[in-house]
Amino acid sequence: MALYLLRRLTQSGFVLVAMSLLVFLGVYAIGDPIEILISPDADQIEKERAIRALGLDLPLWQQYLVFVGKALQGDLGRSFVFNEPAIQLILQRMPATLELAFGSMLLSILIGLPLGLYAGLRPNGALSKGIMAGSILGFSLPTFWVGLMLIMVFAVQLGWLPSTGRGDTALLFGIPWSFLTRDGLSHILLPAINLSLFKISLVIRLTRAGVRETMLMDYVKFARAKGLSPFRVTFVHVFKNIMIPVVTVVGLELGGTIAFSVVTESVFAWPGMGKLIIDSINVLDRPVIVAYLMMIVLMFIIINLAVDILYTVLDPRVRLEAKA
Amino acid sequence: MSATAAVPPVETPFRRFVSEFCASPLAVGGLVVFVIIALVAILAPWIAPQNPYDLAVLDIMDGRLEPGSVGGSGITHWLGTDDQGRDMLSGIMYGLRISLVVGVGSAFIACLVGASLGLLAAYAGGRTDSVIMRLVDLQLSFPTILAALMILAFLGKGIFNVVIALVIVEWAYYARTVRGSALVERRREYIEAAMCLALPTRRILFNHLLPNCLPPLIVVGTMQIARAIALEATLSFLGLGVPITEPSLGLLIANGYEYMLSGKYWISFYPGIALLVTIVAINLMGDQMRDVLNPRLKK
Repeated sequence: MALYLLRRLTQSGFVLVAMSLLVFLGVYAIGDPIEILISPDADQIEKERAIRALGLDLPLWQQYLVFVGKALQGDLGRSFVFNEPAIQLILQRMPATLELAFGSMLLSILIGLPLGLYAGLRPNGALSKGIMAGSILGFSLPTFWVGLMLIMVFAVQLGWLPSTGRGDTALLFGIPWSFLTRDGLSHILLPAINLSLFKISLVIRLTRAGVRETMLMDYVKFARAKGLSPFRVTFVHVFKNIMIPVVTVVGLELGGTIAFSVVTESVFAWPGMGKLIIDSINVLDRPVIVAYLMMIVLMFIIINLAVDILYTVLDPRVRLEAKA
Repeated sequence: MSATAAVPPVETPFRRFVSEFCASPLAVGGLVVFVIIALVAILAPWIAPQNPYDLAVLDIMDGRLEPGSVGGSGITHWLGTDDQGRDMLSGIMYGLRISLVVGVGSAFIACLVGASLGLLAAYAGGRTDSVIMRLVDLQLSFPTILAALMILAFLGKGIFNVVIALVIVEWAYYARTVRGSALVERRREYIEAAMCLALPTRRILFNHLLPNCLPPLIVVGTMQIARAIALEATLSFLGLGVPITEPSLGLLIANGYEYMLSGKYWISFYPGIALLVTIVAINLMGDQMRDVLNPRLKK
């Protein structure tokens, strides 16, 4: 286990280095670093001073080392627009994104599991076919357009729910959260549904496939032969066994959800990291772009690492393979 | 099925594929709709009521007309007009062109790149294989939207840049698919025979190995076209995709976004429907193709 962990950590380290190199090359070598890092309003003398101060007269590999050195100290430049450290801007907006992501994951389980269970238990029923057709739609509808339609129906036509912003927030551990207030909850509902559509479809399909597979297992047949109630068979014997893959896949989707929140946040003007990056790209606030990319890469590497480790803890077969 | 069995024609794999594909009315419907959409896109300059790029025919007074109203130039705007007075129906027809060209083009290039690398990985094995597959793993561990965002943040807007971004985020799917089937085919005797004949590697790869890896590639390719179209629309909606002078469906939807809140739904709604129909039609075809071409489901 220790060896596996070590190997996996080294791998993650390599990926991080490779990605930092990519981001570095993308910003420093493809684009013009002077244009990227120095405010366009600066005059010639200021520019030259800034070039020297930023070390842009050094060879590329030395610049990379400087970039990494600063990044390790949490310094990824200052935003042109907000004139704040880029990393701080991103950290400020992270709770909003995480809140949205976890909200949508919760919704996907709450909605997807019962529907998938039903579709799996009655695979030929009309309702089941409707659920499955709906899940195909959930996969193929572009998130942003569904978001617009949600706004059109629930915010503009019916006027039930607000369409933009986070609403009232309450402090918890010194961080503002929307889900703690009624107003905030009503604000988070539409974006969370929007973001969860894809995952609801995924959970429905996984659950249905799992139920159909598990129903044929000997232990289920045995439980039924023993005369247990269908309720007990479904919720104790079948349910427990399908939960493992469903929870794993939904957990794996956390990264994708955070990434896709870029779209949802833009549609619903949700003030999270995703909206920040889109705004920054549109006004060419490049320090923020670099900082966001590095943060998200780091986040992904950590999520992937955590999932892999959890896998080995949960599933003994993977553990054995790693040993062999 | 019985009709084809009664008059048995020479059964080629292609004919079998066609008859099995047609077994699903949904898939045939998808195909018909897709062909119509493609025709509309190709013929747009001749059948559109208005050239939406020709500023001379646009009248700002016609801006934001409701669907079905008649504009100052005497054209009936069946789907309304946008803020510039542009006929939405024409805008959608022209937008479809751009969406389809970007989607199909990027899927095609990604397929070329990915399939070549996948074949190479399976055929060469060893270090080449592990380097290519590590790259594939790396690519697939990041969500496509994020990778595309990253690339466009570096490259900037533009149709060509969007295609590059889509190719970079999509090649890995093709590479993994082709490698999977090529690994199986590689051990077959006909490849051994070809190798004994000392045929050039390129010929073994593309004339012997590739044709036998095609079925899964076609399935992935179809699905990826739909994904590429959706992704392009998303990127354009976010303002990172195509430039304002060449509006794809995604950009048309983005243009209508601000008017949506004031109840002028049609500027965003109809391009969205066009996008939706295109994607669903392609997915329906792809779904059936996957069932038909999957050897594991063969009776």
